[in-house]
Amino acid sequence: MNDISQAIPFLGKRNPKAALFALVVIALVSPVVAAMFGNTWVRILNFAMLYILLSIGLNLVVGFAGLLDLGYIAFYAVGAYTWAFLASPHFGLHLPFWIVLPLGAGFAALAGIALGFPTLRLRGDYLAIVTLGFGEIVRIFMNNLTHPVNITNGPQGIDQIDGMSLFGLDLNRGLQITEGFQVKSLFLYYYVFLAFVVLAVILVKRIQVSRIGRAWAAIRDDELAAKAIGINTRNLKLLAFAMGATFGGVSGGLFGAFQGFVSPESFTLMESIAILTMIVFGGMGNLAGVIVGALALSFLPEVLRYIALPVQMAIFGKVFLDPEVLRMLLLSLAMILMMLLKPAGLVPAQSRYSKADLLGDKEIAQ
Amino acid sequence: MQTLLQQIINGLVVGSVYAVVALGYTMVYGILGLINFAHGDVLMVGALVAYTAITFFQAAIPGLSPIVYFALGLMVAMPACMVIGYTIERTAYRRLRNAPRLAPLITAIGVSFLLQTLAMIIWGRNYHSFPQLIQTAPIEVVTGVFMTPVQMTTVGLSAAMMVGLVLLVTRTNMGRAMRATAENHRVASLMGVDTNGIIALTFIIGSALAAVAGVMIASNYGVAHYSMGFMPGLKAFTAAVLGGIGNLAGAMVGGIVLGLVEAIGAGYIETWSGGWLNSSYQDIFAFIILGIVLIFRPTGLLGERVADRA
Repeated sequence: MNDISQAIPFLGKRNPKAALFALVVIALVSPVVAAMFGNTWVRILNFAMLYILLSIGLNLVVGFAGLLDLGYIAFYAVGAYTWAFLASPHFGLHLPFWIVLPLGAGFAALAGIALGFPTLRLRGDYLAIVTLGFGEIVRIFMNNLTHPVNITNGPQGIDQIDGMSLFGLDLNRGLQITEGFQVKSLFLYYYVFLAFVVLAVILVKRIQVSRIGRAWAAIRDDELAAKAIGINTRNLKLLAFAMGATFGGVSGGLFGAFQGFVSPESFTLMESIAILTMIVFGGMGNLAGVIVGALALSFLPEVLRYIALPVQMAIFGKVFLDPEVLRMLLLSLAMILMMLLKPAGLVPAQSRYSKADLLGDKEIAQ
Repeated sequence: MQTLLQQIINGLVVGSVYAVVALGYTMVYGILGLINFAHGDVLMVGALVAYTAITFFQAAIPGLSPIVYFALGLMVAMPACMVIGYTIERTAYRRLRNAPRLAPLITAIGVSFLLQTLAMIIWGRNYHSFPQLIQTAPIEVVTGVFMTPVQMTTVGLSAAMMVGLVLLVTRTNMGRAMRATAENHRVASLMGVDTNGIIALTFIIGSALAAVAGVMIASNYGVAHYSMGFMPGLKAFTAAVLGGIGNLAGAMVGGIVLGLVEAIGAGYIETWSGGWLNSSYQDIFAFIILGIVLIFRPTGLLGERVADRA
């Protein structure tokens, strides 16, 4: 797990174990610290976790396999809407977590394959446009599938979605430990999301060093050469799409349960671009980088919101740049400047792909 | 029959605008092999600059003929977009010309969103009603089939620009230099062509065309706002691919065909699908066409370039 510790600057390179320990402590304590600044920040933290999951998923497709996907948010939407259909009063269904989440992930994976299949032969830039179109098609359907049968409830979206309930614990209610001490719902969601992130990190680490991960790297670096050494590029590209989509579907389900409300507005192209920017910003193809990027770009806009607005009010007496504009400005500048100045991202990926390099394990290296 | 004719006319109008925008994509692609993602947003800037210029002139020099205001708007919007096109090429793309293939594409997406954000800051989020300077009262062309003067102007202007561009590319020295650069940068520069200049020029010409297209779209729909460039940009790209990207005639054919398919499709989709789908699904046609073309004929209708160039 060495390269995850790179997420902590300086310490990560010198003493990976200490850095990893620090990372665990930070991950466990951060919601408590965030709560000191108000529950909004815990909420932001929860969304940051979802963004990490999404970034890890998109990184499989873009960073590992080198397939630029601009419609990634569609899989998030598939997961979220699956949850909304199967666990809300909209259709009167209230299926449990253990059925809905895998279903959402499965549908998303199917959508991934459906998108991957026709686009297999396309090179980078065409693929980007087709995936973008796919994302838009999904959004158009979400907005318009209201008659003759009302399926998606159009732009109003679906509300009153059931929360998550794990092992008899309803996350929306919070956990009453003693009479006076209660773990709030927001915190419970944070730790569940964190668990998913940890699971995702371990899974992706293992994939990266496996035959599959190395084959993806080969395809990304030179598809023709990869084909020539006997890699089944078709199946592996499809696998990348399907796996990336699964991550999107799972985080979409978590999003639906946490938010309790889904509408097409959450699944715009801007969100796809935001996730892409997080990967680019942090370091494409590197897990630690992707996590750093996702955290940085989910927090910076919020910090700006709390700093820039009062500053503008104080200086000009009115707000010129509202938070949404600031976020877009930040994301687009981050994308352009990173590509021009530091194309490998904040935490660049290793260029070598031996198992020993990735695991940092001396025994294997010898 | 009249419905069909009417939809064909509507399709021609929309298609001619797509064709003009598609020319911008296809020129840049032909020379750099880059999809200039920000092209649609240059169109938006053109429309909004024209909006500001027209309202300014209407207040500053009242009493002129509406056509003069329209021309003034175009004359301000075109140089503005040319400057923007040049700036984009110079700052965002030139340094990445030899970078890995995903890099310029990601920068292009960034530039597109930066332009939208800046437009949002300057012009706000609201829809601005674009001055209707050309008559919008429909004229009966054939019995039961109508066309407005705005639509006629749109088709006329588009045709004029397409002819102008083709003449420029095929008949002038500058055009020969452009074709040479598209063929092979290195050899062209050995033959004394200033390839950097030619590439910048391509962006400038494409942006000027986009400005005109933007003004025409805004005049047809009567509104201008910061995200109006996205859909036309995407559809024009589809048109360029449909016709064969990198090919000027292809972009024009693709634009017209796409406009026709879209208009006819939007007119009949409700009957065809038995009421399940309606004209709000209009935007899907472009994407479906894009998918079909890329799967079955990635070189497009007239193209000879190969899409699968790894």
